[in-house]
Amino acid sequence: MLVIQQLVNGLMLGGVYVMVAVAFTLIIGMLNFLNFTIPALFMFAAVLMYATMSGTLPFGNDLILTIFGTEYRWIAGIIVALIVIALVSLVIERFTYRYMKAKYGDATEHALPLVSSLGFLIIFEHLVVSTWGSDPLTAVSPFGQGTFSIGTIIFSVPQIVSLVLSLVVVVMLSVMLKASKLGRALRAIAERPDAATLMGVEVGRIVPVVYVITGLLCAISGVLFTINYTTVDAYVGDTVATVAIAGMVLGGLGNVWGAIVGGLFIGMLEVMSIYIVGADFAKVPIWGMLLLLLVFKPTGLFGHTLIGKGKF
Amino acid sequence: MSGYLESQLIILCLATIYAYGIFLPAASGQLNLGAAGFITLGAYASAWFNASTGAELPVWLSVILAMMFTGTIAFVISFPILRTRGVYMVLATFAFAEVVAGIVINVEELGAAAGMPVDAHLDVTVIVPMTILVILFSFYFMSTRLGLALRSIHDDENVATLFGVNVRTAKVVAFTVGAMLMSLGGSLYGHHYNYIEAQTFNVLLSIYILLYVLMGGTQTAWGPLIGAAFFTIVPEALREIAESAGLTWLAEGRFMMFGAFIVLLMVFRPEGVMTRTLQDRLGGGLFRRKKQVLDETAANS
Repeated sequence: MLVIQQLVNGLMLGGVYVMVAVAFTLIIGMLNFLNFTIPALFMFAAVLMYATMSGTLPFGNDLILTIFGTEYRWIAGIIVALIVIALVSLVIERFTYRYMKAKYGDATEHALPLVSSLGFLIIFEHLVVSTWGSDPLTAVSPFGQGTFSIGTIIFSVPQIVSLVLSLVVVVMLSVMLKASKLGRALRAIAERPDAATLMGVEVGRIVPVVYVITGLLCAISGVLFTINYTTVDAYVGDTVATVAIAGMVLGGLGNVWGAIVGGLFIGMLEVMSIYIVGADFAKVPIWGMLLLLLVFKPTGLFGHTLIGKGKF
Repeated sequence: MSGYLESQLIILCLATIYAYGIFLPAASGQLNLGAAGFITLGAYASAWFNASTGAELPVWLSVILAMMFTGTIAFVISFPILRTRGVYMVLATFAFAEVVAGIVINVEELGAAAGMPVDAHLDVTVIVPMTILVILFSFYFMSTRLGLALRSIHDDENVATLFGVNVRTAKVVAFTVGAMLMSLGGSLYGHHYNYIEAQTFNVLLSIYILLYVLMGGTQTAWGPLIGAAFFTIVPEALREIAESAGLTWLAEGRFMMFGAFIVLLMVFRPEGVMTRTLQDRLGGGLFRRKKQVLDETAANS
């Protein structure tokens, strides 16, 4: 029974990883680069949610308090986090994707957006450290410890809600990619940006949309993280994102459904390794799996052979 | 020399050695995000060879043995890792570093999560000459036939293959020698601070070292030196200025300014600070002959 309980816990943890993994996979699949601003956006959203709920935003706390009252400040937190992250994503797009090309052609040219995104990661981590300090920040969950049990297995209500929510968001996203006009344009850019431009896709207009979508995915998942686990700090994004990257590779780069399966699986793998071999040793199975996978089957479970070739 | 300056000099030296370790593979266009893994291997291996509970060898021998040990491991894993390309290689080296950290933290003989005390002490009089040696070696290495091969792979791998460069060998050698340099840096770190902890060598360290190299520029051997010097000196100098002028916002915000600087550098000078063109221009008389050759080639083509 304990094993099943652990599996359930792993599935819940996987729910957090799924959205971050999908954000990574979208950027890699569409724009072909590993975006390190994703951990920063995730962390920033989680911290903004904490700050709004505990009234420690740099400004506007009183306004939020008068409109929402202490009871419903979590709603304000969600709104603040989503709006700020969406705006920030546009700024990030301006400085990463648009300046991808080196003047004199260079083999490390494709690493440029990667490097700028690392620059943004440093900016956001230190922004949070200098505003809220580097100690762990603990918020009070607005929903308390709501749990229910089936047999002897305990489910936590906020975690179930967030798992379902993240799956719904991701499914909507993948339907959008398949069916809508925007989705078609995105898939055209993913295949070949130049050809997409010739076919009348406005690449300069569509790429910011990708950034905002991935930013919002990170924001939702960061907000859910604060509600579920209540403790955040400036480096929470690094830990979550690195595991989510492993999940993304498992599912195959650029594949949304692969990221879902990979994210859920890696959550379960993490919880099961902690259960079986202990917390200290839990890293080895995850990263060992990632290393072997990259060497022997880099396309992952459902990946495309073309994605990520020769690019960063 | 005051204690403060000396400690800053040590940090600069170690950063430079690490940066050259990452630079050698990066000179052929291979991005290695696993610096922390090789540094961990070097630091722990040297500490174990030197420790009274381990092999109890003299310090110079344990540093060399640690380099051989790390080199062997790097050589073995370079074959599978160099099969991967681009983003996959970044991820694979990163996963390797995490595996190393995960294993070290679980070995009781190496102190597990509590860290490991290191016996022999090496001070600034050893570390500075070693750093200079590493810099000279890297300049020599880049001027050899193999270094030229690395440069050609960096510029265009397919053309390099067509001209008969053995791409696989060049990449494996660069990766292995780079790992050995990082191992040396790790050993020096351990023997200077006399205490090592696997948690010190984390992802952020790997990221920063890769940034030193890419900021400095991968085209010439000056790149890592400039990048490491800039990254270690400027934040400290800013802190000094801010504290003496009483500007707390500058002291707190200097890393944010630093991040912004990285972003802007990628916009305005994506090749890094030092490029081959700049080197020729700065060299003036020293590189005049070379520049003439370059100009003639440009005129003929």
